[in-house]
Amino acid sequence: MTAPSRTNARTGLMIALLALGLGILAVITTGMGFISIAPGDVLAVLWESVCGVAGSVDALHQSVILEVRLPRILTSVSVGFGLAVAGTVFQGLLLNPLADPFTLGVSSGAAFGAALALLLGLTFFGPTTLCLMAFLGAVITLFAVIAMSGRDGELSPTNLILSGVIVSAILSAGISFIKYMADERVAAIVFWLMGSFVSRTWTDALLTAGTSLAGFAICLYYARDLNIMSLGARSAKSLGVDTGRVRLILLLTASLISAVCVSVSGIIGFVGLIIPHLMRFVVGPDNRWLLPASGLGGAMLLLCADTTSRAILPNEVPIGVLTALIGGPIFCWIFTRTRSGRRYE
Amino acid sequence: MNNLTYTVRELSFGYGQSDILNGLNLTFEPGKLHAIVGPNGSGKSTLLDIMAGHRTPTSGTVLINETAVEDHTPSQLAQLTAMVPQEFNFNFPFTVVDAVLMGRHPHIPRFSRPSNDDATIVKSAMKTMDIINLADRPLSELSGGEKQRTVVARALAQTTPGLLLDEPTSSMDIRHALAAMTELRRLAHAANHTIIVVLHDLNLAAAFCDTMVILKNGRLHTQGTAAETLTTETLEDVFGVHAQITEKTDSSGLVITYDSKETT
Repeated sequence: MTAPSRTNARTGLMIALLALGLGILAVITTGMGFISIAPGDVLAVLWESVCGVAGSVDALHQSVILEVRLPRILTSVSVGFGLAVAGTVFQGLLLNPLADPFTLGVSSGAAFGAALALLLGLTFFGPTTLCLMAFLGAVITLFAVIAMSGRDGELSPTNLILSGVIVSAILSAGISFIKYMADERVAAIVFWLMGSFVSRTWTDALLTAGTSLAGFAICLYYARDLNIMSLGARSAKSLGVDTGRVRLILLLTASLISAVCVSVSGIIGFVGLIIPHLMRFVVGPDNRWLLPASGLGGAMLLLCADTTSRAILPNEVPIGVLTALIGGPIFCWIFTRTRSGRRYE
Repeated sequence: MNNLTYTVRELSFGYGQSDILNGLNLTFEPGKLHAIVGPNGSGKSTLLDIMAGHRTPTSGTVLINETAVEDHTPSQLAQLTAMVPQEFNFNFPFTVVDAVLMGRHPHIPRFSRPSNDDATIVKSAMKTMDIINLADRPLSELSGGEKQRTVVARALAQTTPGLLLDEPTSSMDIRHALAAMTELRRLAHAANHTIIVVLHDLNLAAAFCDTMVILKNGRLHTQGTAAETLTTETLEDVFGVHAQITEKTDSSGLVITYDSKETT
């Protein structure tokens, strides 16, 4: 039985490399944009702000990095991390590799809330109203879906998926109706629905980072139970997993991560569905490794997509479009390569 | 705890109007391999599910020694009873060795690595079910019988004094089915475990099991040794088939042959 520990070492190395890659990518992308800053200068600015020394660095660079770019980059990284972790958990819980953070209708709920706020021009909490309405929509939808599927005491995957699909369908019709009613505001709704990280603040960054990390910690705590549950609830019960409790905790955690991410950034599909698959090719199906690997992969993908929109293309493009455009081909390449050769490892 | 007796007391279960189990009273003692047989829909799987704590009975109770099943926490129960369900769901490409190692879950504390003992137990369970050569294969690539061998190995790796198996050999080839039954009988006799197996193959049940429980429509029809319970009349009454029951030439057991022309 030496094989598993060798695999563990290799998988651990893989995750360390992903983390390192994300760090390097973050430094490079922070330097990219209208004002180009060398990675060394980026590090100098970060170092000075961490140590609190006043300084030798360019004041313009400092304000561009600390006030404009860093919050946006941190938000996109946190949202990517959170959505990919949530997607991994949903796939395991719903025993379905096609599940994603939005299968239970969290995104439709958020979209409905946001569309309503944009239609009615609600501003009772100032600029955060939109975000709050989206979060409210997501949470109400989540509890409606859980209440619907929990009638027989068991939140069975089939019940959950079915309730999620039905509630999403109703909300989508509602969103279409709102768009139809919205006249000239329809552009704002459509743009919000496709997701964006434009002018995100430190509040957004800290909110998403805090939620994603706390949620990740909870999911990782139950990762071994999730492994067993992903092979069926009955087997899991006889192996001593308190399936009802673990399922509810993971469901709420993953949904709340998704709800916060969606409220801050709009609907960004693809990350939560494809990244867990991609990482399953790389590190295998064990959630103890898959959760961190997916989180890091999702963070990298959204960071790349957002940087492309922000610093490479002449105009900002909705992030949801870019994620699929960048991630899709990468997935196709890895998918065909592993299919012919090593398959799932 | 090494000896474990299951007592089924006045057990009933039903959905709405229809009764699946109706006032069952049974005792399963340690040191024996018990078979439960009966036609489709006679309540065999439901009985096993209730005994494993997966379902709550409408009335009545199942005791493990002196304590009711529902009074155990899931992890206590998992140290007493292992279960091989009839269906399982392998949507994710865990390897065979990963899956068998999951049988050690109740014994390995959270965030701990499997110990050398765990590794030894897993290896010996895999050897028993002849899946060592499949160790690194993803579950999603296995045949039906290979999956079944993996799930039985996982239950063996759980090393519980009670073991409930729902048609564990239904997809296995005859060699692996015999190997599985031989191991179950050995565990019952040598390790004094309480092993209950639902079977459709009456010859397999007659050849290996110490006692037979025959269910019909959720009620106990007959109970006893194979020789006592498997009679032409019983088979006709319970299954509606004509069968000849003959003793083997070395009088080591019974052979059941079915008349294929007539059914009642």
